[in-house]
Amino acid sequence: MSGIPHDHYEPKSGSEKWLHRRLPVVSLLYDTLMIPTPKNLNWMWFWGVVLFFALMLQIVTGIVLAMHYTPHVDMTFASLEHIMRDVNGGHFLRYLHSNGASLFFVAVYLHIFRGLYYGSYKSPREVTWIIGILIYLAMMATAFMGYVLPWGQMSFWGATVITGLFGAIPWIGDSIQTWLLGGPAVGNATLNRFFSLHYLLPFVILGLSIVHVWAFHSTGNNNPTGVEVRRGSREEADKDTLPFWPYFVMKDLFALGVVMIVFFAIVGFMPNYLGHPDNYLIADPMVTPAHIVPEWYFLPFYAILRAFDGDVWLVMLTNWLTFGVVDAKFFGVIAMFGSIIVMAMVPWLDTSSVRSGRYRPMFKWAFIGLCIDFMVLMWAGAMPAEGIYTTVALIGSTYWFGYFLILLPVLGVIEKPLPQPATIEEDFKAHYGDTGAASANPAE
Amino acid sequence: MSHAEDHDGSRRDFLYYAAAGAGVVTAGAVVWPLVNQMNPSADVQALSSILVDISSIVEGQQVTVKYLGKPVFIRLRTQADIDLARSIPLDDLRDNNSRNPNKPGEATDQNRTMDEEGRWLVMIGVCTHLGCIPIGNVSGDFGGWFCPCHGSHYDSAGRIRKGPAPENMYIPVASFVDETTVKLG
Amino acid sequence: MFKKLTITALTALTFVGAGGAMASEGGGHVRDFKFSFEGPFGKYDQAQLQRGLQVYTEICSACHGLQYVPFRSLSEPGGPTLSEKAMREYAASFEIFDPEIDDYRPAKPIDYYPEGTYPGAPDLSLMAKARAGFHGPSGTGLNQLFKGMGGPEYIASYLLAFTDESKEEAGTVYYENPVFSTGWSAMPPQLYGDDVEYADGSPTDATSIAKDVSAFLMWTAEPKLMARKQAGFISVIFLTVLTVLLYLTNKRIWAPYKPKKSV
Repeated sequence: MSGIPHDHYEPKSGSEKWLHRRLPVVSLLYDTLMIPTPKNLNWMWFWGVVLFFALMLQIVTGIVLAMHYTPHVDMTFASLEHIMRDVNGGHFLRYLHSNGASLFFVAVYLHIFRGLYYGSYKSPREVTWIIGILIYLAMMATAFMGYVLPWGQMSFWGATVITGLFGAIPWIGDSIQTWLLGGPAVGNATLNRFFSLHYLLPFVILGLSIVHVWAFHSTGNNNPTGVEVRRGSREEADKDTLPFWPYFVMKDLFALGVVMIVFFAIVGFMPNYLGHPDNYLIADPMVTPAHIVPEWYFLPFYAILRAFDGDVWLVMLTNWLTFGVVDAKFFGVIAMFGSIIVMAMVPWLDTSSVRSGRYRPMFKWAFIGLCIDFMVLMWAGAMPAEGIYTTVALIGSTYWFGYFLILLPVLGVIEKPLPQPATIEEDFKAHYGDTGAASANPAE
Repeated sequence: MSHAEDHDGSRRDFLYYAAAGAGVVTAGAVVWPLVNQMNPSADVQALSSILVDISSIVEGQQVTVKYLGKPVFIRLRTQADIDLARSIPLDDLRDNNSRNPNKPGEATDQNRTMDEEGRWLVMIGVCTHLGCIPIGNVSGDFGGWFCPCHGSHYDSAGRIRKGPAPENMYIPVASFVDETTVKLG
Repeated sequence: MFKKLTITALTALTFVGAGGAMASEGGGHVRDFKFSFEGPFGKYDQAQLQRGLQVYTEICSACHGLQYVPFRSLSEPGGPTLSEKAMREYAASFEIFDPEIDDYRPAKPIDYYPEGTYPGAPDLSLMAKARAGFHGPSGTGLNQLFKGMGGPEYIASYLLAFTDESKEEAGTVYYENPVFSTGWSAMPPQLYGDDVEYADGSPTDATSIAKDVSAFLMWTAEPKLMARKQAGFISVIFLTVLTVLLYLTNKRIWAPYKPKKSV
C-alpha cells in the first residue's frame, strides 16, 4: 500500500479477531471511513456524496415504482396514471424518481466541472477520471431508457431519434438500429428491453462507483491547491489531513441537507417544471410532436449533434475525403460522441504541470469560457435547429473541441503559472489561521 | 460563538443527540412511504366495498356475486329453510361459532342471517375445508349446501354438519343500504 | 473568486437550460388567469371543481373522454368531493362497455369515464399537464415559474380565444383560434356565456365557465396536487431543521481546526 500513513483497524476482542482472520470486512469499512482527507477541501467537494445519495434514491424509488409499472405498449401509460392516482404515495414517489434524474445530472455536471477546474484528472488520477466518464455514459444510457418508460409522446419520439443515431453508422447502421429496437420501429419489444436495461444499469453504475472510490482512495483525494498530501511521515500527513469520519461526513451531510431542501421544494411545488408537457400525451407513432427536445441534461450534446449540417466546410471536406462514407448525419453522431471522448482524454491533452486552475491565470479564462459554452450549447439544444441557433451551436461546438484539443495542450506550454503553496497545511493556515492558536478575529 | 462553548460538554452532547435523533426520524420518514406503497392501492380498496341489487331475487333463489375475488352466495330463504335451520339444537353443530363479523357469537340461525326473520342469508361460498365452491339449492344431507370435492355437508344456514370441513361457511361484512340493496364490505 | 463565479454560473445554467428545454406551442396569447391552486399553498376550490364538473358533463363530455379518471375519485378528498350517493348516481348516468358481459351497462364507482366518442377529440384527463407549455420570453418558462401559468391558463385562454373566422380544408371545418398551436382548431367555439346554469348561482359569463372547467381539468390531471404540496412543505420544514442541526454539528466538530475564517 502506497497510501497516506494513517491508523489501521486493529481487532481487539476474540470475536473481532476471529472474523478478521476470515473476512476483514470491518477493517475495510474502517479504512474507508477513516481515510485521511485533505483538510482544505472546499464546498465543491461534496457533490460526490450527493451523487451517491442520488443513486440510492433512484434505485430505491425505482424498485418501488417497478412494483406498479406494466411494460406493455397498451398498458404502460395507464399504469403510470395508476401510480399517480391510486398507489399510496405513488405520485410523490414518481416525482421523486423523475426529478431525481435531474438532481443526479446537476450533481454530476458540477462534479465533472469541479474536476476539470482543479485538475483532478491529472496523474496519478487518470483511472479515477476514466471510470467517472464511464459512469457518466452509463448514467446517460439509464436516463435515456428511463425516459422512454412512461410511454408518452416524448418517450416515443426521443427513442426514435436517439436510436436513429446508430442508424447513421455507414453500412451496418440500419441493422444495428433494428437490433436495438427489436423491430423496424420503436414498439413493445423496445419498451420491454429498455425496462430491463433501465433496471440493470443502475447496479452497473453502483459497481463502477465503488471502483471509482477505490481508485481515488488509492491515490488520495485531490484538493483545491492540487498539491499532494505529504506522505513522508505520519506527522506530516496528519498536518495535511483529517479523517473522513466525522469531519467530512458531517460537512457533506450538511451540504446534502441544503441540496435536499431545494430538491424537495421542487418535487413538492413544481415537479413538472423540468419535464416536457408532451410526455403527458400517450405515445402516438402517427403524430410527431412539433419540436422534439431531449431532457435538459442532454441538451449540450444534442446541440453538438445538430450543429454539423452539410453546409459546414469541415463536414464537406470529410465527406469528400471519405468518398461520401461520412455524411453530415454520421459526422454529427461522431461529433457528439467525440465531445465526450475528448473529455475522457483530458488527462493526456492537458500539458500543464500545475494541477489546480487556481494557479493558472490563463487557464481560468479558458475554463470560464467552457462553462459559458456549456450553457450556450444547452440553450441552443433547446431551440429549433434553424437560423441563428445552428450557427450558435456550431460556434459552441467549436469552442468545446477547441478547449480540449487546442487550448489545454497549448496553455500548458505558454502559460506562466502562479506560485503554489508548498503544502496543504500552508494553504489551510492561510485561510483559517494556525491550528489552535488564539485568533484575533473570530468573525465570520 | 464563544470559545467557552467548545468546552461545554453537555451542550455539545445535546447538539449531537439532537442531530442524531433528527437523522433517525428522517430515516423513519423515508421508510414508511416505501412500506406503505405496497398496501392495497385506491382502486383495489374501492373493490372492497360493493353494492348488490337484490330486488330481483325471488324466494328460494340463490344469486352468486364476485366479491374480493371470491363467490358470495346471496339466498332468499324459504320458510322451510328457516324452520329447518332453527329446529336444530346448538349441541348438534360441529362448529358453534357464528363466523359472522356482523353478529359474532353462537352459531344460532339468527346470528347467521342478515335480518331477524332469517330470510336473507349472505355468505362467502367457499368450503372451509380446502376452498372448493359448494353446490347450493337445497343440496346435501341437511337441506343446504354440499361440497363435491371431499363431501362436506352444510345445512340451510351454511353451518357445517358432516364431512371433513372444520368450520361453518364464513359470512362477509354486509349490511342493508335500503330495501333492495345489500352492501358488501 | 473564480470558484464562486464558477459555482454561480453552473447553478444558473441548470435553470436556464431547464427553461430552454421546453419551448412549446401556445405562445404569447395565453392569459394569466388566477386560480386558487396556484402557489405553494394553493388549494382546489371544491365549489369551483363541482361547477367545472358540471361544465364538462354538459358540454365537453359530448365528444371528449376522461379515460384515466375513475368515478370514485369524484368523492375522494381534495376533489369535487361529491357525496357517495351523488357520485354513484352520477356514475350511473354514463354507459360503459363491460367486456365480462360483452355489453354496455351503467357505470359503477370503480369504473373509469368512457373514452371520447368523437373521432379526433383528444382525451382530457391529462390535458392540463400536457398543455402546461412554456410561457414567457424566449421559451424560458419564466412566467410559469413566477406567475404560476400553465395548462389551466392555456385551456381557459383557448376556450375564449376563438375568432369568428372559419375555413374548410379537405372536408373539415377549422375555426380560427390564435392560442391553438396551428392557429386553426377543429373544435368549434363552445362558450358564449350562460351555456350552463349553476345551482349555486355563480356567474355564468364565458370567462367564468372557462375558468371553472379549466380548474376541473387541472384536478383530473393532478388529483393529488394538495397532498403533494403538503408532503413537500413538511419535507422542506423538516429538512431545514435537520440541516440546521447538521450545520451546527459540523461547525462544532471543525471548531478546533478553524479558529478564524477568511473572508
